[in-house]
Amino acid sequence: MPAIGFGTPGAGGTAASVDADITLTVDGEQQRLTVDTRTTLLDTLRERLGNASPKKGCDHGQCGACTVLLDGDRALSCLALAVAHDGAEITTADGLAAGGELHPVQQAFLDRDAFQCGYCTPGQICSAVGVLDEVRRGWPSHASEDLTADPELTHDEVAERMSGNLCRCGAYANIVPAVQQAGGMA
Amino acid sequence: MTELLEPRAIGRDTVRRDGEAKVRGTATYAIETPVEHPAYAHPVQATVARGRITAIDTSAAEALDGVLVVLTHENAERLASTDDREFAVLQGDEVAFRGQLVGVVVAETSELARQAADAVRVTYAEQPHDSELRVDHPDLYAPEQVNAGHPTDTAEGDVAAAVATAAVTVEETYSTAMYFNNPLEPHATTALWDPATDVPLTLWDSTQGVHPARAAVCEVFGLEEERVRVVCPFVGGGFGSKGTPHANLMLVTMAARALPGRPVKLALTRQQMFALSAYRTPTIQKIQLAADRTGRLQALALDVVEQTSRIKEFAEQTAAPARMMYASPNRRTTHRLAALDVPVPSWMRAPGECPGMFGPEVAMDELAERLGVDPVELRIRNEPEVDPETGKPWSSRNLVHCLREGAERFGWAERPPAGHREGAWLVGTGVASSVYPTMRQAKSTATIRFEDGRYVAEIGAADLGTGAWTVLPQITADALDVDLDDVEVRIGDTRYPVASVAGGSSGTNTWGSALVVAATEFRSKFGGSPADGDEVSGDVDQASKDEDHSAYAFGAQFAEVRVNVATGELRVPRLYGVFGAGRIVNPRTARSQLIGGMTMGLSMALHENGVWDPRIGQAATHDLAEYHVTVNADVGDIQAHWLDEHDPYVNAMGSKGIGEIGITGTAAAVVNAVHRATGVRVRDLPVTLDKVLAALP
Ligand code: FES
Ligand code: FES
Repeated sequence: MPAIGFGTPGAGGTAASVDADITLTVDGEQQRLTVDTRTTLLDTLRERLGNASPKKGCDHGQCGACTVLLDGDRALSCLALAVAHDGAEITTADGLAAGGELHPVQQAFLDRDAFQCGYCTPGQICSAVGVLDEVRRGWPSHASEDLTADPELTHDEVAERMSGNLCRCGAYANIVPAVQQAGGMA
Repeated sequence: MTELLEPRAIGRDTVRRDGEAKVRGTATYAIETPVEHPAYAHPVQATVARGRITAIDTSAAEALDGVLVVLTHENAERLASTDDREFAVLQGDEVAFRGQLVGVVVAETSELARQAADAVRVTYAEQPHDSELRVDHPDLYAPEQVNAGHPTDTAEGDVAAAVATAAVTVEETYSTAMYFNNPLEPHATTALWDPATDVPLTLWDSTQGVHPARAAVCEVFGLEEERVRVVCPFVGGGFGSKGTPHANLMLVTMAARALPGRPVKLALTRQQMFALSAYRTPTIQKIQLAADRTGRLQALALDVVEQTSRIKEFAEQTAAPARMMYASPNRRTTHRLAALDVPVPSWMRAPGECPGMFGPEVAMDELAERLGVDPVELRIRNEPEVDPETGKPWSSRNLVHCLREGAERFGWAERPPAGHREGAWLVGTGVASSVYPTMRQAKSTATIRFEDGRYVAEIGAADLGTGAWTVLPQITADALDVDLDDVEVRIGDTRYPVASVAGGSSGTNTWGSALVVAATEFRSKFGGSPADGDEVSGDVDQASKDEDHSAYAFGAQFAEVRVNVATGELRVPRLYGVFGAGRIVNPRTARSQLIGGMTMGLSMALHENGVWDPRIGQAATHDLAEYHVTVNADVGDIQAHWLDEHDPYVNAMGSKGIGEIGITGTAAAVVNAVHRATGVRVRDLPVTLDKVLAALP
């Protein structure tokens, strides 16, 4: 259980912040910190821990820019409260390249020029890592013809699974081949 | 004539220099600038569309622990210039549109700033407002000129007489929706006011031009340019919305000045962007086409009605492309505006050409149908010898070539008949032309210095994902006749020489020209073996400039559309574009820009729709859940190709600019394909299921 301490209530009956102590492992490094219980994982990473690899595009779960791997699965960090994830392990796009070598998905994005401005990119990459894992585990998608067969990394499968990540620069036509390349399909 | 650079690095497929930082997420965008002990700002917005603030109660906000400052018009500093009313934030009690800035809270954390902003109580005396664009709005007026300095109206010959006697005519009204730029990175700034230093104000701002942003801030706050630094190495997309600063930059500057020594961060929320960070006006386009039996145009008229805001005029040049696209002896174009109680419209990717290549390119398709002429052929028959607007010869015009090559690649000749059905899907194909003017800005300077055995060029340019970090070194390397690896180009900081805005697809043309001038100067001054520290600068205005030709990039786009007979679901499995856009400096980044533009055009055709609620004066669709943009699964086979075009008149690179042409004509190609598939002619964008459903078998 995280320790919870109450902040000073503001005048006019408006309560100020409530804080909680939590531990997170971010890109392999353990972090102990005190967070406002209203703080999202995204803001915890960006504003408290100085890890700006996940981006904020909407803060409402509508764009995918904040996608990270949360205990191994892709997740929208703007929709997760940090206090609810005490003890979690988080990997950002930067963490995928730990040790200085690019992850195959990152290399594929470079090879295919699967971005322009780069703002959606770390989220796209974490999402793609999640997609490849979900496909490996045999999870079907809306685009799967046969829900019981092992899915393949066809254009439609990849495009469908990557559709939670908006790219306003319109790099989709390069993102799909990049994900296929990283998945060993192209 | 300009002597074109011998291409060695130019034309080579070169990986983005900033690519690795972007795939790791370590490229630093404005709000992410690492600073000591930042404070966070959150705006307070007006909740009425027109009126006066009668009272503001900030006491509850100020009482919160950790709130540092609350600014409203009652305590904010008075600005040096309020000429630009968009920038005149917190200067009075007047509310001119819903969502206007009426206050700002700065606090120790972003959560607290938002909570405190919510706690600010504003009371208004509301006034009736008018925020609805109507074709017969009683207050329509003719602006003095339209964007980019184009004349408001043009006329030649007698359109009415030609229409009355022509063999075939099209007289229809088309409309485009209200579009919001929505770059994925919200408008954001980290601001530091440190009066004890020589350069007291530093703004790490997400902008398409550090120098234009600085000029605006200096004007508004009465500061000298030497005392302000604007930094922006990376921009998370702009599409015009970061081309000129918006009120948020003035607000964060004001907040920082109220907290000397403390860096202040302000990022607009996605919802706030819909009122504060630019959009494209909706347009209503009344078109008249008249042609003889062979399809030769006898008359072409476009009368545009669109909106601007009451506090600042922006007149989109929607009719501009109709003035030069096709030959016709009788012609007329007009622009009329309604000034409404709405947020300030501004640049969005290809202002003018984007909406202006919708109505006319659909009308051409309607004309082709009425004539029984192939729409590709109809365009070719109306190819003008010279620019119909200016009478000047073209620097190069390869529209016909683009149409023919596109038709070939797409398999146009073998296209299925109208109403063709494959299983549950009706299949149709459509074509439209694309165009964008070739521009070069008047002001930009580059320096080149020999440093530690390498050539370092500096210019305050911007890379919005366009590839400037990569493309400018390619140009510089060729201009210096050295290896690409021996060149470093630094951009995105007012510490570097002045650069023009990344807008009008003019960045490469302008900054590249300045770099070529500097490189030439460098070689003539220092020869082939310079000493460490040798440095020169070059201005774009020293580059030769051709005034005798009309310069545009042209293109043709082909779309295949499938419409589900049961649901009306619309798919675009193929979208091909062929462009004649001068010499392509980097095929890799160029392809991304072109397909990016086409994808945004697809988005305009099928998805984007700023639904306006005139009762309350705001976009009902004001986040990314409701304002739909094209997602990955909406995109099929999108291809961009280009001709090997050699234009000796534009600039030393032979480049025409490719950031915007891709979005022009796309929506028309899709609409024309939908018609071919279903027989439904959609004249108001976007094409949605309800518009085709009634006509399905
Ligand atoms: S920032 Fe989380 S989905 Fe947009
Ligand atoms: S690269 Fe700019 S939003 Fe995707």
